[in-house]
Amino acid sequence: MSVIEKQSVAEIKARNKELIAEVLKVYPEKTAKRRAKHLNVHENGKSDCGVKSNIKSIPGVMTIRGCAYAGSKGVVWGPIKDMIHISHGPVGCGQYSWAARRNYYIGTTGIDTFVTMQFTSDFQEKDIVFGGDKKLAKIMDEIQELFPLNNGITVQSECPIGLIGDDIEAVSKVKSKEYDGKTIVPVRCEGFRGVSQSLGHHIANDAIRDWVFDKLPADAAPRFEPSDYDVAIIGDYNIGGDAWSSRILLEEMGLRVIAQWSGDGSLAELEATPKAKLNVLHCYRSMNYISRHMEEKYNIPWCEYNFFGPSKIAESLRKIASYFDDKIKEGAERVIAKYQPLMDAVIAKYRPRLEGKTVMLFVGGLRPRHVIGAYEDLGMEVVGTGYEFGHNDDYQRTAQHYVKDGTLIYDDVTGYEFEKFVEKVQPDLVGSGIKEKYVFQKMGVPFRQMHSWDYSGPYHGYDGFAIFARDMDMAINSPVWKMAKAPWKQAPKPLLQAAE
Amino acid sequence: MTQSAEHVLDHFELFRGPEYQQMLANKKKMFENPRDPAEVERIREWAKTPEYREKNFAREALTVNPAKACQPLGAVFVAVGFEKTLPFVHGSQGCVAYYRSHLSRHFKEPSSCVSSSMTEDAAVFGGLNNMIDGLANAYNMYKPKMIAVSTTCMAEVIGDDLNAFIKTSKEKGSVPAEYDVPFAHTPAFVGSHVTGYDNAMKGILEHFWDGKAGTAPKLERVPNEKINFIGGFDGYTVGNIREVKHIFEEMGIEYTILGDNSNVFDTPTDGEFRMYDGGTTLEEAANAVHAKATISMQHYCTEKTLPLIKNHGQEVVSFHHPVGVTGTDAFVMALSRITGKEIPESIALERGRLVDAIADSSAHIHGKKFAIYGDPDLCLGLAAFLLELGAEPTHVLATNGNKDWAEKVQAVFDSSPFGKNCHVYPGKDLWHMRSLLFTEPVDFLIGNTYGKYLERDTGTPLIRIGFPIFDRHHKHRYPVWGYQGGLNVLVTILDKIFDEIDRNTNVPAKSDYSFDIIR
Repeated sequence: MSVIEKQSVAEIKARNKELIAEVLKVYPEKTAKRRAKHLNVHENGKSDCGVKSNIKSIPGVMTIRGCAYAGSKGVVWGPIKDMIHISHGPVGCGQYSWAARRNYYIGTTGIDTFVTMQFTSDFQEKDIVFGGDKKLAKIMDEIQELFPLNNGITVQSECPIGLIGDDIEAVSKVKSKEYDGKTIVPVRCEGFRGVSQSLGHHIANDAIRDWVFDKLPADAAPRFEPSDYDVAIIGDYNIGGDAWSSRILLEEMGLRVIAQWSGDGSLAELEATPKAKLNVLHCYRSMNYISRHMEEKYNIPWCEYNFFGPSKIAESLRKIASYFDDKIKEGAERVIAKYQPLMDAVIAKYRPRLEGKTVMLFVGGLRPRHVIGAYEDLGMEVVGTGYEFGHNDDYQRTAQHYVKDGTLIYDDVTGYEFEKFVEKVQPDLVGSGIKEKYVFQKMGVPFRQMHSWDYSGPYHGYDGFAIFARDMDMAINSPVWKMAKAPWKQAPKPLLQAAE
Repeated sequence: MTQSAEHVLDHFELFRGPEYQQMLANKKKMFENPRDPAEVERIREWAKTPEYREKNFAREALTVNPAKACQPLGAVFVAVGFEKTLPFVHGSQGCVAYYRSHLSRHFKEPSSCVSSSMTEDAAVFGGLNNMIDGLANAYNMYKPKMIAVSTTCMAEVIGDDLNAFIKTSKEKGSVPAEYDVPFAHTPAFVGSHVTGYDNAMKGILEHFWDGKAGTAPKLERVPNEKINFIGGFDGYTVGNIREVKHIFEEMGIEYTILGDNSNVFDTPTDGEFRMYDGGTTLEEAANAVHAKATISMQHYCTEKTLPLIKNHGQEVVSFHHPVGVTGTDAFVMALSRITGKEIPESIALERGRLVDAIADSSAHIHGKKFAIYGDPDLCLGLAAFLLELGAEPTHVLATNGNKDWAEKVQAVFDSSPFGKNCHVYPGKDLWHMRSLLFTEPVDFLIGNTYGKYLERDTGTPLIRIGFPIFDRHHKHRYPVWGYQGGLNVLVTILDKIFDEIDRNTNVPAKSDYSFDIIR
């Protein structure tokens, strides 16, 4: 399907610009003006991608974005396994996000671990009218009675909480006192706050600062003997086991991982993190806030890394090692050398099947840029990318370190735009989410979900890259795509019925 | 290192290797501040006891693992059942991302829906501008024939008035004045997704029949011989609606399916994305007022819709998700009575085949105990089917079931000697069910995908029937209604029973004398 490789960069740029102009025609004038700022063609040497970001989605356009609650409960807090996270408000938010994100963990669910459970206050009309604080207090009592081994509670606010004037902070304080200083964290992540999941990440980060870090007794003895090599993994949600296949590399190079934020994480790990010597940050978007805070307050440096694909992994291991002594630097080299034969074998097997294939991405967090290197390791080319809820600092990182000249950039893409772009660019693979998956597969375009790893994974680390390569191969080279067209029918172009 | 290019290990096997196992054990011991394993074991055992059950059932405020979703999900489900209709949910945008994901994960199909993307300023000033812009954008971009509006709880809490907002939007030119924009208020803090289905269906019929929010004359009913059919919120809509059409056609009945989403949730992969497909045409929706009668397959999905229809002069008949012989008998006999059409031999044959299958297999089901949970109507239909198989629906639970529902379930129990020791649990959740399964064990559990946690914890084998089914594929393509649907349900149950018998008799030289080749 690749048409792009035969074109020069200038031709691609012209084609992409034309494509942007074309999709904008569908909008009413005001909307076209607003959307135009989110679409661009990347120019080499620019410091960012030339798009506006982190501003309100336009009503009615079918944005792919979620909400602040999704950012807090779904992303940051939900994976903390030994705490109970109450979806506070009506039943839906907790129901739709119940166990949907594949945050792997080890623990006895329902007894000392609670990640794949849905705790909700299931608001009824009377709770809206009279307020839900009393109910919330009672819920906490019932949790204490029925789930006595929980190590803490968070209150994940849904839309109504902030609108009806409930005081979840007061309830949390009272109950914390009643239960001997138990960690109870109110989170103001109502879905209408901000413009996407992103503010929910920030609010959740701040809640850890205010209700976990700031409650720590200054003289508390550490639960373990500190070492010079203690690091915390920040911003890995252990989707399909990502944090595990990352942790193993850090440990093999001689570091000690004292905390995982937040995939397979625990309250004790959150509390121990201010003792780290370095915070290593994978998802910058969702956890840069707490990293900056720890830098300011506890003098812990932080270092962004990228564990997708061998090129970026080696670069990242060396970067992380540069914060430590020669022992760790040697450890990094040893790890890189150890896995080189595996990487060579994976690339030898899959690259010939994937060489020159083109990819369009639209994902959240770090992935619109971080996975580009992994595709390039397989000889593939990312020809379009965009962030669901990125900010300008994401687009700066993308422009300066990842994308090629002429790449199509689309921020907070709408359903219509994405379909049009894919229809015209005709990539060999689209990587996006569950809402997009079936749209493109119907069009006959191979697809991988790049939020959930399409129920596979891990994709992080060297072990993960082998799986990543296998999965991209199985998506692109599946025999099914040859059957989409009935042999007796003329080859149809992917169509957008709705838009004609 | 266990990973290899030759045989790539993913999460199923990778982490079972010794390096990872050692790493995870160290993590737990050193950094997680874990509970004493003996204490974990003690609580795990305690949570199985009658004492725990009593505390669990005394819960008044906390809900754990509910089996229900919220209203707008049902509204979106209804909207896509009408020709080229775009669901538009007024309120926060995150909700719409959730509905779309939820439906896509069940049907493995695209799910198109837009939001008015209200944020903090709209919370203060109201969402009128979001409605005005949203309708204009959706209309221009996605060229729907109709936009069906519902609400998230945010818009409901601040009190946005859909009728007035839509009117104003039309005045501002967002969509043409005569363009169809039916609406329904669907507060998430009232009822569940089945309530949302009801409100949205009522909203659409009201729109077409009662003067399009004051912009057109009300329709004058001119009775004809047609029958309207409403399926209700149904995870099997693809298979079920086709089965129902087959029955209507066999009987020679002219019909209108109201909210026919059987095609939009079952589009082919042939190179074209169909954002809209099939559906009740708007003309059919309007003309449905003239029908002789309306049949609802799920009473609790149409509690407000049916009175509206009745008030227009039609006979209304409702069922509780009939499954099996007796339930389907009642359905086809009602069709026959209303239309005066005889039940053809072809349908009698289908019936005979289902009875035949039950006769062949009932020895394996007879006397087996089942726990069932799901939407209220589904529970009623399944409980009745189990009773006619000679099985006992020991625990029947619906988080969104009320007192009225519980009485109906009790009446079903009372109708059969096999219902004697059966109990109904309205308004309870799956954590209650967990206690029931520990303290009063049953042979099988029937429920949706979330039942797999109960299967893991209690060892009760799960038979997946319900919504959502995320972890098994394509079940929604097969009907559970009609005699042919009853056969599918029977086979689904039997497959699990036989798998369990084999699983429990396969130890060589211990139990495998019963590992029979013929059953």
